[in-house]
Order: sequence, then structure tokens, then C-alpha cells
Amino acid sequence: MSRLLIRNGRVVDPSQGLDQGMDVLLEDGHVAAVAERLDAPARTEELDAAGLVVAPGFIDLHVHLREPGSEHVETIATGAAAAVAGGFTSVCCTGDTVPVNDGPTVTRFIRERAAAAALARVYPIGALSVGRNGEGMAEIGEMVREGAVAVSDSPRSVADAGLMRRVLEYCRSFDIPVVVHEEEGSLSGRGVMHEGELSTRIGLHGMPAAAEEVMVARDLLLAELTAGRLHLAHLSSAGSLGLVRMARRRGIDVSCEVAIHNLVLSDADVASSTYHPNWKTNPPLRSQADREALLEAVYDGTVDALVSDHSPCHSDEKDLDFNDAPSGVVGLETTVAVALDRLVHQRVIGISQLVRLLSTRPAEIFRLPGGTLKPGSPADVTLLDLRARITVDPTAFRSRSRNTPFAGQAFKGAPAATIVGGRVVWRRNGSVPATGGARAASPSRAGAKPGARSSRRSG
Amino acid sequence: MPVEAATSLARKDLVGIAPLTPEEIQLVLDTAEELLEVARRPIKKVPALRGRAVINLFMEPSTRTRFSFEVAEKRLSADTLNFSASTSSVTKGETLVDTARNLMAMAPDFIVIRHPNSGAPHRLAEIVPASIINAGDGINEHPTQALLDGFTMRRHFGYLEGLTVVIAGDIRHSRVARSNAFLLTRMGADVRFAAPASLLPLDVEKLGVSTHVRLEPALEGADVVMMLRIQRERSKESSFPSQREYFDFFALTQERLALARPGALVMHPGPMNRGVEIDSAVADGPQSVILEQVTNGVAVRMAILYLLAGGHGEPASHS
Repeated sequence: MSRLLIRNGRVVDPSQGLDQGMDVLLEDGHVAAVAERLDAPARTEELDAAGLVVAPGFIDLHVHLREPGSEHVETIATGAAAAVAGGFTSVCCTGDTVPVNDGPTVTRFIRERAAAAALARVYPIGALSVGRNGEGMAEIGEMVREGAVAVSDSPRSVADAGLMRRVLEYCRSFDIPVVVHEEEGSLSGRGVMHEGELSTRIGLHGMPAAAEEVMVARDLLLAELTAGRLHLAHLSSAGSLGLVRMARRRGIDVSCEVAIHNLVLSDADVASSTYHPNWKTNPPLRSQADREALLEAVYDGTVDALVSDHSPCHSDEKDLDFNDAPSGVVGLETTVAVALDRLVHQRVIGISQLVRLLSTRPAEIFRLPGGTLKPGSPADVTLLDLRARITVDPTAFRSRSRNTPFAGQAFKGAPAATIVGGRVVWRRNGSVPATGGARAASPSRAGAKPGARSSRRSG
Repeated sequence: MPVEAATSLARKDLVGIAPLTPEEIQLVLDTAEELLEVARRPIKKVPALRGRAVINLFMEPSTRTRFSFEVAEKRLSADTLNFSASTSSVTKGETLVDTARNLMAMAPDFIVIRHPNSGAPHRLAEIVPASIINAGDGINEHPTQALLDGFTMRRHFGYLEGLTVVIAGDIRHSRVARSNAFLLTRMGADVRFAAPASLLPLDVEKLGVSTHVRLEPALEGADVVMMLRIQRERSKESSFPSQREYFDFFALTQERLALARPGALVMHPGPMNRGVEIDSAVADGPQSVILEQVTNGVAVRMAILYLLAGGHGEPASHS
């Protein structure tokens, strides 16, 4: 029996309405108890969390890992290592690999690789269509049986409205969300940044916010028609959030996420980057007005989840010019620190609301284990040090890729340690005292190194 | 001219008009005026850039701009090397960064770059120590063209401030329109963009220009009418129905030109599509300064090379 007692932390768990000083006891991979003062049973390892926030493990619903196919850019193991180093205990990875994850074989392969890495939990998102070509439906049921938790053709849009309708309907049999990257290709055209004054000023082809919004509108209507579970990936424009609010007033069941870079950066950052592709994302960094509308939607609860949209790109690709370079930025190792600094310390939202966006709601909308510290739930815990000061150093990333717009920037607040299945899989140097201590009845195995046996299995 | 007047541009590169001050623009135009005279000499060469190496890196087809730069470089006695897309490894997928490093291994003092993608010269300028001169990047800027256009206008009117300049055609894809808008508004001219809205970029009024969706009202009171090339591909992407219809509604004809001020200049950066955006009678008419633009282009490019090189000595002197 392995036990870990997290003492003296500030437990923030919106699922139970908790935000107070408490102890948390983890036992055999599950939460055993949460109380103001717990005595350690025999053979219990202790972790002193004084001054730290203790939250249910963070879940990133939107990451691109590059295995199989582009292991030189990212593997499932390096992605999982980056996840835990960024405070995430679970990630959902898209199916845009080579080969595409459009059937049970690749889904099983991803699960097996993740189990071997024994770091973060990795939940595959299957492709929605065969080969992500937007024509025939992929073998959705077979993939769900192997552990897929959602389907998506991300980062491609589903151009065919008829296919979108049928997939929303079909997925009701498996009770999984349909995740969509919303972009009408004939409107985004050759666009490489947000279309507006700044794209006109710096002479890059723009993609209008309307390219996203017309597809959001279409899919909200299809969700109403089909009663399917629609999840809108990385919304970026004020208009999209307005459509989500309108749909909810009509009773349409929809969830949505926002990527951290769309919340803290805008097209002005593209304009001042000297055409550097590390500021090229899709959806693009939009106008200041859009960014403010996203912050508002995060504050008022319209947004369910905050994601990294971790998109590793090799430096060979980002050394191309802005037009030719692929879109995307890495985010697993920066998202939590950026959010603590720019959202919590800058008083956009409180810490409890951030935990809702990074844990409670992601678990609820994708029906994943975790997202709570209720007794009996998985022993996945993220510890945060709100006072830590970090400077982003891409050369120190666990990720194989370095394409971040935050290099060299300083942030206040950072993850301090990450616990998956009761095991401390990562800790920031110096931020958490070494495991053990006088109260430990005996040497413990709970803090064993990553790579040790794990009981990682999702429900 | 005051003794302490600047004789060089205090910058490494010319990547666009956007970063230039009115004083810098003025300096280029004044220097070009002095250099224009070199073309009238029997020996059309000065030693200002003797021993300096210039690489002309053209990753997009160009005839007049490339020739104009080469002539300018040769008249300044520079050593020139030409790379073009068909012979370079760029077409084989080499990254911009690698291209830059390979070029620097040849230690050029200048790289004149034409690139199909916006921002490529700006990125190159950050990576390499050589002076970068943008000879047109994507849909972004074509600064030497705008300078030669401004130079041509100034030679005719004596000033730019207060001139009314109509720029008509495919504004959305035009680096010439963008650079001219930056330059002319900075120098106090009134700039009017005229095109169907399907060929205008979003929010372009925020650059300080006015927009007109029909040519006729824009022409009223114009001192200069600059027509831009209409590319056949644009009708395929549904920006307008056909070249025939474009000509009927938006081309510069004798009748439409009569709406401008008497003696208004007709300009075109070339290459022209006769019978699409401009009628031959206008292109070859008495108000056309299209060939003068080409001549002036050499002097303006000489001025830019000379000023970026440090501007030592009299630009047009023999020794």
C-alpha cells in the first residue's frame, strides 16, 4: 500500500467548493481523504505544501503530439514529460499523426506508448473522417473501444456540413464529444494572420474572424438539429463567443475552449515580431478587441476550458519565412505559468476559476477521470507556487520543440509539482521540500522516479 | 543645402517605406536628383561603390526592377552577383535562414532581395550583417518603386505636399500601392485608392488614405493617376468577373482622364496590361510619364545604395 500525505497546502477544488488550508491523503492511486488536519497512518510519505496551492490535476484538452510519424518533432513520451513539467496530469492528443489516428490500431499504439512513458495520462482523440480527408466517417466506435475520448479532424475543419451532421448523430451512440476546428477555407484562403488593420499595414494575407464565425454558427445549428455533443476548439473571435452565448440561451448543448496564446497575445504582437513564424498560429492571434472579448468570456464562464494547443514544430520548419512556415506554438510547459501571471495575478479571474478552466470543466465535458479531489477519484494533483518567478528558457524544455513566443519572458506563478496516480512525477527544483521528513514512519516508494511501474489506467 | 545636411541613411537596411521618416525620404529624393545627371554623361560611371559586392537575389520573376538595380549598381562601380529563383536552391526547399547563411559566406555588402512572401527581407535583415534592400516582398512593400514614383512626381510639381494622387487597380495584392500610400501620406499628399471593394484590403482607410469603389469620383481634382496591373488570376479567384468588364468600368480611358486636373500625370509601375486597366491612347499619350519612371528608377536606386553605403564623398563626382 502506497500513501502520500500532502500537508499544509491551500486546497482549491471547485468541484467541492473548497478553497482553504487542508491536508490531502492519497492512497493506492486514489484520493483517500481531504480534511483540515489529517494524521499520517503508518508508512506514509509526506509532502509539505505550505505556501502552495493544491489542485485537482490539470487537464489539457488540446495537444498535438507528433508520434507516430514525426518523432523528431515530438514523441508521446517527450510530450508527456513536457505535460507534467507544465503541471498537466492529463492531455488529449489529436489524431493528426502519420499515419492518421483514424482506427483502433493507432489509438491502441498511442495508449501503449503513453503507458510505457508512465508520466501524464494521454487520451487519444480519434480522427473524425478516414485519413482526415473530410469524406467518409472513421471507425469511431472501434477507436472509442481502444480508449479514444473524442473525435476531431483538427487542425482541419469539417467542410462538408452533411458529414458533420451525421458524425454528431453517430457519436451519440458512444457518448463522446465532436471537437471541431472552425475555419471556412474559402474565406481564410491564403491568410496567415488575422485580417484587419494590421494585416493591411504589414502586408500579410489575412483571414477574417468571419471565417471562424460562419462555421461556428453552422455547427451550433447542427448541434441543435442532432442533439449531439459539440465541442468548439480554440475559439478566437468576439463573434464566436457571442454565438456560443446565443446558442446556450436557445438551450443548445455546446462546450468550448480558448488557447492561452489567444488570450494574452494579439495581432499587434505579430506586427512587432518582424514576421517571425513563432507568432504564426491558427486560429491566428486576433485583434486587441477580440482578445478582450475572450478575457471577458473567460471571466463570465462562457469558456469551459483553457488549452495550450501545444503544436510542436521543428526549427527547420520555423526557419522558413512567415508565409511558408507551419502554424503553431508549443505550450505545455508555459501555459500554467502564463495563466497564473496574466489571468490570476492580473486579476482577470481568481485561482478557483482557473482551476475550473484547467481541471474541473475539462474533466466534465470530456467525461475524463479526475478534475476533482473527492475521495475515490484518481490521485492526480497539481501543486502551484503562486509566488515563484520563472523565465521561459526553451532550451530547458522537455518538449523536443522550441517554437514559443514567450522565450525569455518572465512570469510570476508556476507549477511546483505534479502528481499522477499518487506518484510525484515532476517537481520544480527547490519549490517543494524533499519527500519524507520526521513524520514518515518508514522510507517510502511513493515518490519513485518516472518510469517505475504505474497503475495508469483511465476509466 | 546646409553644410551639416545628412549624407547617409542612419540605418542598415531599406526593408520598407513604413519605417522611414520624411527627412530620410527627402534625402533619398535629393540625392537621386544629383545622380540623375550621371546618366547624361558619356561615361556613365562613378566610383562610389568600387570594391563593394552586391548580391541581387530574385526569388520571383522580375525584369525591370532587376535590370534597374543592376544598372544602378554598375554605374556606382559595384561588383554584382545575380541569383534568381530558377537557379537557386530555394526552389529545392532550402530555408530562408540557410539561404542567408550561404549568402553571407560570400561576404556581400548588399543584398537586393525580391521575394514572393511578405516579410522575407525583414527576417533576412535580422539575420545577416549585410545591408538588405527590399526589391518587393509578397503583397507587402516595394519601397524603391514608391521612392521613384515620388521622385517622378516631385520632379514635375516641385513638391509632394498637397498633391492629390489616385492609385487604382488591384490594391489588395499590390506592394506598390502600399509603399506609395506610406510614402505619399508621410509627405503630406492626399491619397485616394480606387477599386472595386473586392480588390481593396480591409481597413485600409486606417493607413490615412480614402477609398472609392468607382474610379470616376476619385479622379475629380487629381494631380496624378497611377494605374496598377490587373492580373488575370484575380478574376479566377472571383475578385471581378472578367477583364472585359474590368476595362468597361475601371480602366483609365481618355474620357475618364478628362475628369482629373488638366495636365494630370499618368503613371504605371509596369508591366502594363493594355486594354485591361489602361487604354493605349492614355498609356502612350502626352500626360504619360511611364517611361520617365523607368529612367528615374535607376537614379533612385543609385541614391539608396550610395546612402546606405555611408554616403562618403559627392555622389556624382568622378574620384
